[in-house]
Amino acid sequence: MTRASVPWTPPREPEHGVFASMIAWSASRIYDLAKPIVTRGAGLLMSAAVVGTMLLVWANRLVFDYVDGLLMAPGIEVPAGHVVGQTLSWAEFSDAIASRELPGLLAPLLFPLQFGLTRELIGMVAIVSFVSLVAMFGIWWERKVAGRIQSRTGPMRVGGWHGWAQTPADGLKLITKEDLIPADADRILFRLAPYLAFVPALVAFLALPFGTYYVVRDLDVGLIFILAMLGIEVLGVILAGWASNNKWSVYGAMREACQMVSYEIPLGMNLLIPIMCAGALKLTTVGDLQDGGWFTWLAFRTPFTFIASLAYCVAALASCKRAPFDLPESESELVAGFHTEYSGFRWSLFFFAEYAAMFAVSALATILFFGAWYSPLPMSWAPTGTGLGDRFVQGLFFNGPLWFVGKCTFLLYVQIWIRWTLPRIRIDQVLYSCIQVMLPLAMVLLLGNTFWLLLDHPGNSMFASFSKGVSVVLGLIGMAVMFGLVGIVLYGRMNRRRLVGTLARDLLAGS
Amino acid sequence: MPSRLMIFLLGSMLAVGSVALAQEAGEVEVIAPPAEPVAVAASSPVDVLLHDGLFYLFAAVAVVSSLGVVFSGNIVRTATWLFGTLGAVAALFFLMYANFLGAIQLIVYAGGILILIVFGVMLTSKSPWMRFNPKPAEVFGGCVVCGALLVTLISILLRTNWSAAARPRETSHSVADFGQALLTDYLIPFEAASVLLLAVMIGAAFLARPEK
Repeated sequence: MTRASVPWTPPREPEHGVFASMIAWSASRIYDLAKPIVTRGAGLLMSAAVVGTMLLVWANRLVFDYVDGLLMAPGIEVPAGHVVGQTLSWAEFSDAIASRELPGLLAPLLFPLQFGLTRELIGMVAIVSFVSLVAMFGIWWERKVAGRIQSRTGPMRVGGWHGWAQTPADGLKLITKEDLIPADADRILFRLAPYLAFVPALVAFLALPFGTYYVVRDLDVGLIFILAMLGIEVLGVILAGWASNNKWSVYGAMREACQMVSYEIPLGMNLLIPIMCAGALKLTTVGDLQDGGWFTWLAFRTPFTFIASLAYCVAALASCKRAPFDLPESESELVAGFHTEYSGFRWSLFFFAEYAAMFAVSALATILFFGAWYSPLPMSWAPTGTGLGDRFVQGLFFNGPLWFVGKCTFLLYVQIWIRWTLPRIRIDQVLYSCIQVMLPLAMVLLLGNTFWLLLDHPGNSMFASFSKGVSVVLGLIGMAVMFGLVGIVLYGRMNRRRLVGTLARDLLAGS
Repeated sequence: MPSRLMIFLLGSMLAVGSVALAQEAGEVEVIAPPAEPVAVAASSPVDVLLHDGLFYLFAAVAVVSSLGVVFSGNIVRTATWLFGTLGAVAALFFLMYANFLGAIQLIVYAGGILILIVFGVMLTSKSPWMRFNPKPAEVFGGCVVCGALLVTLISILLRTNWSAAARPRETSHSVADFGQALLTDYLIPFEAASVLLLAVMIGAAFLARPEK
């Protein structure tokens, strides 16, 4: 009578790709070996890794500077026929190393570092690793923040300390998934589309400065280049929707593309406003303008840049298709979105692209509005020497990629926070708010800022002092917001037992 | 409709051909060699090799993508090949140190016009696979026009003075120079272009008006 008398045999598993199997096998072996250390000391290890990376980047900069200055020190005889600034030949280089009384082993190691090509290769490797780390970290952090906002804890098990290895574990799973392409889909375009979405986000980082001298290519049109790259992502989205051979994917992709393209206009116009204050499209120039501490940040320069910073943040959220403008992604929960038919590694490429774009727009906001890589302390308080200790203090407290990445991380956190707090809005509301609210606002800000800057020059002393006063007031408003935020965080921390929901109360007690 | 197109193409062919003939007669110096000898940046053989290699690479990508645009049967793939062409041309601009032009090419062409083309193609095509059935007269007219254009272009290319001094300069015009030029020397084309954009926007708003 029962069907249970026939034993159920599972269907034969499909063959995994060789490459994917190798990666999965080696990763699980490494994890088994490292498990005792990792699960116990994961928090410590992660902080050590972060500090180690920062020191590595700093050491890199020191080595580059040293190689640059190898012939500049007094007492070193410049070989005849050598043009200062040109690369040295091997003989000249080893002579310079020997005359500085350094071990001869350093010469072959440091010799390739003279050439621009080597430095650019190092820069590209750094960018690819950084973007991957940002995406991994962003995904994990989003899940933790989402959990806490929803009175639960988020990933807790994988890897030990707060589930830090969740994202690599998910990545391994996605690599080993079956490679599904829908039956009548356009196979070539289906395979191409994730790369068209991901690669521009990666290339945008080539022109993104992390510090005054920490940039792969300091383009004089850096801002326009980054905007161009963020605009090419739309093509990847459209092709993904089309190539899925799925009506709802096409509709989702169209709405998505429409939203991204429409919001590029207020995005660009709001970015032009601090560019007007700076007078250059070169991002390092704009960043270096804000080295005088909190009150010289371009967000507080005129009331129009203040509002523009907020309007830019809104437009950036919409352009990245983040909440509350994530209707295309929510459609993927309800009906379909552009990446419905994507599974496995291709899907994760779309998510990498999203987090890379989130970081890129946060980075643009930081550079153009919120002080770039300078701390709130003015540079005039910084030690001016070039010795190792002075540079360490400068990098830690005043100026450096540490501050830049910290500010971008904070803005990333704000984006995640807004996503899990606000409800999403409909597509007609999205487009209405773009064309009828954000665009006129951007135009008004542009005009207003033009007139303000026109009147604000040293010859017009009354307006100049008024402008300075307004700038100070705006800076104080900004400071109040920051301290308020810190106050709210402390209040939440002190009252965390009382505020959390009943389900997670016991779990949160020990964390 | 095809007759108007043919008239336009014939007229443009005549214009280009007359320009080529005039240059041969030496009365109009259309492609002039640079006035002052431009300084070539001191570069190592590796740099020159890389520069030339990348040039050939991107030029090959541009040519192959253009052929893909013409010979592809699927209309969406045509648009994708077009993206390849536009991207390769932007890369060539960057190789010539014309950063501003390269970035604008990417924003306007690859990020604007191409997306518009893809939208139009996707939303209006009945099926992605196109079938063209041209009449023999159209084929003959097309071959004549394109052949004339080819001859004209090749004659212009062979007559240009591609001397070594025509290598791209290490330092291009800065964006500030562009801005100055746009607002002083080239003010009238600038304003004419903005009036054209205004007309386009008014036309689009009118076409998209809600039906009463």
